[in-house]
Amino acid sequence: MGAAFYIAAAIAILSTAMVITRYNIMHALLYLIVSLLSVAVIFYIYGAPFMAALEVIIYAGAIMVLMIFFVMMLNLGQQSAGDERHWLTPRVWIGPALLCLFLLAELVYLIMQPPAPPAGEIVMVDPKAVGKSLFGPYILAVELAGMLLMAGIVGAYHLGRQKKKITHRFLERATQ
Amino acid sequence: MITSTTAGLVLAGILFTMGLVSMLIRRNLIFMLVSVEVMLNAAGLAFIVAASRWGQPEGQVMFMFILAMAAAEVSVGLALILQLYHQLKTLDSDEASKMNG
Repeated sequence: MGAAFYIAAAIAILSTAMVITRYNIMHALLYLIVSLLSVAVIFYIYGAPFMAALEVIIYAGAIMVLMIFFVMMLNLGQQSAGDERHWLTPRVWIGPALLCLFLLAELVYLIMQPPAPPAGEIVMVDPKAVGKSLFGPYILAVELAGMLLMAGIVGAYHLGRQKKKITHRFLERATQ
Repeated sequence: MITSTTAGLVLAGILFTMGLVSMLIRRNLIFMLVSVEVMLNAAGLAFIVAASRWGQPEGQVMFMFILAMAAAEVSVGLALILQLYHQLKTLDSDEASKMNG
């Protein structure tokens, strides 16, 4: 395990910690982009260069741009950050954080527990094998993912549509 | 000596726990959506590490499905938050628990 992995892992952990402690949503989203980019570096180290490219293009590109435009559209500013500062008191976060820390400690202990497996080396999986597998045995799942995306588009359009306000014609006349 | 598989899985566990803590302590709906993204990303990292451990493409295939699901989930989630924000004029998730029908 080279130094590159540990540097990228440290950046990922630090930027994710910044994501979960910021009060301003925009700062949190920008730190999340840094976190996703460092996870993409880790994908590259683990022999998945195509997945690293997809992580940068789809996660750090498309999804984050969607969320940032959404935040800009809602025009959330200082007032929202003040609300967040008001909500996030130590009394609120100390309990769940400690419980999750215990869970993490247990998980790490269990991962470390068995003797080291014989094959500890990184195996490179080339995109060709991924493509063959994706369009061979997993073709049905690919079609299901396409249907899921279609349902997502239709659902987002349906939910995001502004309803036309219909008032009764007598009320309308009364207000004129 | 820490093997690469162990290190990657521990990192995925740390990132997932951070997302879980953020999900539990936040009251802002957008922050909750962001923490779901962090957790999904950590799960994808675990799949990639497993793919590199066994040298099989299945883990990367699963990561692509996670990616597609995250994209669909974010679009629908943001549309839902937009509707809630227009109805309640706030992003507080506790407000949505009261049914002002």
